[in-house]
Amino acid sequence: MRALVIVAVNVFREAVRDRVLYILVAFAVLLISVSFLLGQLTAGQDVKIIKDLGLAAIATFGLLIAVFIGIGLVWKEVERKSIYSLLSKPIRRYEFILGKYAGLALTLFVNVAVMTLAFYAVLAFLNTRFPAPMRAAWPAPATDPGMLLAIALIFVELLLVTAIALFFSTFSGPFLSAALTLGLWVIGSFNADLRNFEAVLQSPAAGWIARGLYYVLPNFAAFDVKAQVVHALPVPPAYVLTTAVYGVVYIALLLTASVLVFDRRDFK
Amino acid sequence: MSAIRTEALTKHFSVGFWRRRPYVALDALTLDVPDGEVFGFLGPNGAGKTTTLKLLMQLIHPTSGRAEILGRPAGDVGVRRRVGYLPEHPYFYDYLTAEELLEYFAALFGYAGAERRRRASSLLDEVGIGAERRFQLRKFSKGMIQRVGIAQALVNEPDLVVFDEPMSGLDPVGRREIREMILRLRDRGCTVFFSSHVLSDAEALCNRVAILAGGRLVTSGSLADMLAFQLRGWELVVTGLTTEALEHARGLGRITKATLLGGDRYALELPLSTPPDRILADLTAHGAQLGSLNPVRETLEDFFMRQVAAVKR
Ligand SMILES: Nc1ncnc2c1ncn2[C@@H]1O[C@H](COP(=O)(O)OP(=O)(O)OP(=O)(O)O)[C@@H](O)[C@H]1O
Ligand SMILES: [Mg+2]
Repeated sequence: MRALVIVAVNVFREAVRDRVLYILVAFAVLLISVSFLLGQLTAGQDVKIIKDLGLAAIATFGLLIAVFIGIGLVWKEVERKSIYSLLSKPIRRYEFILGKYAGLALTLFVNVAVMTLAFYAVLAFLNTRFPAPMRAAWPAPATDPGMLLAIALIFVELLLVTAIALFFSTFSGPFLSAALTLGLWVIGSFNADLRNFEAVLQSPAAGWIARGLYYVLPNFAAFDVKAQVVHALPVPPAYVLTTAVYGVVYIALLLTASVLVFDRRDFK
Repeated sequence: MSAIRTEALTKHFSVGFWRRRPYVALDALTLDVPDGEVFGFLGPNGAGKTTTLKLLMQLIHPTSGRAEILGRPAGDVGVRRRVGYLPEHPYFYDYLTAEELLEYFAALFGYAGAERRRRASSLLDEVGIGAERRFQLRKFSKGMIQRVGIAQALVNEPDLVVFDEPMSGLDPVGRREIREMILRLRDRGCTVFFSSHVLSDAEALCNRVAILAGGRLVTSGSLADMLAFQLRGWELVVTGLTTEALEHARGLGRITKATLLGGDRYALELPLSTPPDRILADLTAHGAQLGSLNPVRETLEDFFMRQVAAVKR
């Protein structure tokens, strides 16, 4: 456990020293700020566009960080052979894998928190710029805390993406890992279509395959409640909870698989 | 007790792109490294030295056979608290400074903050890294990285160190410093197991050596035993030797080589076939005077070459 924490802290330290991270976060904050200008253009008719853009920015930049740091977590250590001296210390291979994961999870948490703060700061500022009658026409207040729910699910989604990237990187190179992870993310985001596909398909076998894929592939669409919170539609707590549990179980399976693959590996 | 013991340790790598086939990198290595000694693990390029060391550290898994370190199976996490390892061509996180790297590894052994800093700084002193210890490792030269690599292997005051080519990339001063360090480690009771193809290092440091070639153990044992009786001949220095006497002895095959040292002093190489005192008696009877008589022993290098050549044949 101690080894796990030490590895995690080192992942965080590496991320903090990596300029790419700052560029990504700065870009996200910039985008959130730009959405503010867009809000000005629509003359405060609706705060929705800003919320849409802000949440999308958090999700997208979070995704980029998760994928591009995630694929390098294990691969870089193996490729550069820094893993040789590390694994000769009293640390088990699973502690290494889980430490790497925890470190990136921590990095993502800090980044999402920074982007969320920037997002709410922009919204709070916006709130002071429009007269009360105009604000009353909005479906939800500018700094609606309900959006935190959407951000929480985005965070769970990012944790899942990280687990996928980590899993692929335990046995393949960075390009393949990135392609596979992003590929899964795209398929998983349009997962619902697989289910509908079943209705269109003539052969029952193809229908089974489509249904099988629907259940096996990660269902990223489930984590997306951005539209609901922006329109102030209710998101049932039970739904949030089930989705989060789904994410956690999926992550646990992926981490187990990563540990099993990594345990058998020869480093050469 | 043995610091390291392997039993028929074997490693096959699969090679080939389409048709995977096994390649025997290490073939049934049985080796015993006694406690408290400096043990040299020698062999030409591709002999399987690095493969063996990685097997000992469980960085790769054996195809068959067993390895034990300090009486525990290799790969036992507990035993790693007492072991230090320097990989071949080490590389470390280039975003850390040398100090941070050593503190990071010290933390894995459970040392507290102040103790971590103390160890890091005294080890960096010992391997000769000065103010550069505050630089990120990406700014380090090859030899400096090698020194950091040695320091990180010692961070837990190990009972056994496994060094893969410790002298690689070091300048002559560095080599000497590391030699001295290895002897200090031995004096402290630490077993040193190192691979090398620099034979003079092995000759200067080791009690025992093992020679590996083509994945097979060629020989192993005490260096003194291996070289003691490997007498190649004698070197005789005489003065006042006449040319006729020299030619005569040559004709009888009693002198393999004669070098004029200056004046009438000759250095003569005598074969093993005839006892040197008889040759000397003959020469003195013809008026020569004895300067010195010394045995010519095989060096580790000669021995090594012969052993390795025998395997190739
Ligand atoms: N990952 C691998 N896949 C296939 N063959 C390998 C692999 N690693 C090593 N080998 C082979 O195993 C043999 C032994 O390699 P090893 O690195 O142990 O040699 P070595 O004795 O350390 O040599 P050197 O003195 O050059 O460091 C070599 O023939 C090498 O080609
Ligand atoms: Mg080697």
